[in-house]
Amino acid sequence: MHVTSPVREPLIQGGKTYADVTEDICRHVEGKPTKEWKIAFGISLVVLAYGSCCLAWTWWEGLGVWGLNKTVGWAWDITNFVWWVGIGHAGTLISAILLLFRQKWRTSINRAAEAMTIFAVICAASFILMHMGRPWMAYWALPLPNAFGSLWVNFNSPLVWDVFAISTYFSVSLVFWYIGLIPDLATIRDRATSKVSRFMYGTFAMGWDGSAKTWSRYEYISLILAGLSTPLVLSVHTIVSMDFATSVIPGWHTTIFPPYFVAGAIFSGFAMVQNLMLITRVVYKLEDYITLEHIETMNKVITLTGSVVGVAYITEFFIAWYSGVEYESYAFINRATGPYWWAYWAMMTCNVISPQLFWSRKLRRSITFTFFISVIVNIGMWFERFVIIVTSLHRDYIPSSWAMFSPTRYDIGDYIFSFGLFFTLFLLFSKYLPVVNMAEVKAVIRSTSANLPKKIAGVAKVRQREAAAPLFNKDIE
Amino acid sequence: MAELSGKYLVGVYDDDDTVLHAVPRLRKAGVKIQEVYSPFPIHGMDDALGHPRTRIGIAAFMFGVTGCCVALTLMIWTMGIDWPMIVGGKDSISLPNYIPITFELTVLFTAFGMVTTFFISNGLSPAAHNHERFDVRATDNKFIMAINVGRNSMSEDEISRALRDSGAEEVNIKQF
Repeated sequence: MHVTSPVREPLIQGGKTYADVTEDICRHVEGKPTKEWKIAFGISLVVLAYGSCCLAWTWWEGLGVWGLNKTVGWAWDITNFVWWVGIGHAGTLISAILLLFRQKWRTSINRAAEAMTIFAVICAASFILMHMGRPWMAYWALPLPNAFGSLWVNFNSPLVWDVFAISTYFSVSLVFWYIGLIPDLATIRDRATSKVSRFMYGTFAMGWDGSAKTWSRYEYISLILAGLSTPLVLSVHTIVSMDFATSVIPGWHTTIFPPYFVAGAIFSGFAMVQNLMLITRVVYKLEDYITLEHIETMNKVITLTGSVVGVAYITEFFIAWYSGVEYESYAFINRATGPYWWAYWAMMTCNVISPQLFWSRKLRRSITFTFFISVIVNIGMWFERFVIIVTSLHRDYIPSSWAMFSPTRYDIGDYIFSFGLFFTLFLLFSKYLPVVNMAEVKAVIRSTSANLPKKIAGVAKVRQREAAAPLFNKDIE
Repeated sequence: MAELSGKYLVGVYDDDDTVLHAVPRLRKAGVKIQEVYSPFPIHGMDDALGHPRTRIGIAAFMFGVTGCCVALTLMIWTMGIDWPMIVGGKDSISLPNYIPITFELTVLFTAFGMVTTFFISNGLSPAAHNHERFDVRATDNKFIMAINVGRNSMSEDEISRALRDSGAEEVNIKQF
C-alpha cells in the first residue's frame, strides 16, 4: 500500500487491483495469437526471409557486392552497427539507471525496453559478423593465439575492446532481463491450464515461490546488477566511439566522441522505445499502464539528450575551426557543404531541431506527434552515423582518390535483414512473454480497488482513510 | 525447500500492509513463522521476519575481484610475456590500454557469479519446477504466511485464531 501525493497522477491508472494487473498482462500470453499479431509476424518473416537471402549472397559472394570502394571502406555496415547498438542503450538506461535513481515510472516499460535492448544488440552483432566478410573466422577476434601460433590479439586495439564490451553488454543485459522475468514466469506457470505451458513456463521460472528470503535477495542483486549495468552501458558506447576516435582520421579523431555517442545512443534508443511502446499499448490495451505521463517523461528525456547531441555537433564544428588544423576544418566544411550536404542537414534537422518541439506541453503529450518525432529522430540518428563514417572517409588526403559511396541492393538488403530479425524477435517476445513487469507494477500501485482515488480535474484525491490518518511508515511516492 | 515437511497452517492475506503488520504481532504472540510468500517484494518484510541480511554482496565482490585478476593476468601474460608486442610506441605492458577489458571482465564475472550464487542459494533451477507450494495465488494477488505446526509450542487452534486476528482472510491446512 503506497501513498501518492494528491498533486501527482498515480503511475498506473484505471483503479487496478493486483489481480487486475495479472489478468491484464497474462491475457495476451495465454490467449491465442490475434489476427493483427499474425499479420505483423507474417510480414516480419517475409522481410527476414528477403534479408536472409541478401545476407546469404553477401557471404557467398563476398563483400564486393556492397558499394564499398578503396576510399570508403566502411559505410552502411558500421553505420547500422552503431545505430543498433545505440538503440539498445535506452533499455539499459530505463532498467538500470532509472532503478538507481528510484524512478518508479520505469516499471511499466522496463521489460519491453530491455527486450528491445537485447534484440537491438543481436542486430548490431549481425553487422559485425557481416562486415568481417568471412564470419566463420569470427572467433579470431577472441583472445586465442593467432591462427593457433603464438601471436595473440592486440589488446591495445579498440576493436578488440569492442568484442569484450559488446559481448559483456549482451550477456549481462540478458541476465538482468531474465532475472526480472522469473517472478512473472512463475505467475504464468501458476495460472497455466495446459500441461505444455505449465512445463515450459515452469522450467524457465525455475521453481520461483516468492518467499520473503528470495525477494530480499532478488532486490539486492537487482540493485547490484543495475549498479554494474550503469557504467557498463556508458562503457559500451564509449568504446564504440573509440573505434573511430583513436584512429587518426579528420572528423573521427576527437575527444568529444564518448559522451557525444552515449547521449546520441540514449536519444535514439528512447525514440525507438516510444515507437514500440506506442504501438504495443494500443494493440494490447495497456493505456492504463503506459500512460500519457510515461510518454511525456520519455519525451523529456528525448529533448534533453537531443540537446546534448546538438551541443556536441556545434562544439565539434567549432573545435574543427578553432584547432587550426587544415584537414580537420576541411572535413567539417565538407560535411556541411560538400556532396553529402543533404545527409548532414538531414541529421541536423532531425536531431537538433525536431526534439526542441517537445518544449510545448501540448506536442509532447500528443501521441501521434510523439510517434512521428520518434521516427524522425531514428532517421536522424542513422544519418548521424552515416555522416560521421562516410563523409569523413570519402574525401581523404589525395584528391585523386576522392570517391562517393552509393549503396547496392545488398547494402540495403542487409539493412532490411536486421529489421526483419528485430521485429520477428520483438513480436515473439510480445506474444510469449509478459510485456509489462507484473511484479514491479504491483509494487507501485495502490492495493485495494475499493478505496482507489477518483480522478478529479487531473488531480488524484487522497483516500479518505489515509487523509485522516496518513501512513508515514511506508515508502511514499 | 528441502525442509518442507510436516503440517502447516497457511494464512492467506489480501494486502501487503496487513501482512507486514501481522508479522511482528504474531511473533510477539509467540508464533514461529516459517516464511511469507508474496507476488512482489514487501520492503521491511525480511527484517520483520528476522531473516539475516543477505551476504550475496560479498560473493559478488569476490567474483568481481576474480574477473579483474583474470583480465589483467590474461593481458599482461599474452602481450607482455608470451609474445611481447609494441604497438603505437607504447610499452608491451601498458596498463591504461588494459582498463576497458579489465572493466568489462570484472562486470561479466560479477554478474554471472552473483546470479549463479542467487540461483543456488534460493534453490532455483529448471529442475525445481514441480516443487509443491503452499498456495499458487502467492504469485498473483495473495500474501501467504506459512507456519509449521510441529515447530510451534502453541496449539493449532491458538495459531489459527491468532492468524485470523491479525487479518488473515483464510486459514488453510497443508500437509507435506
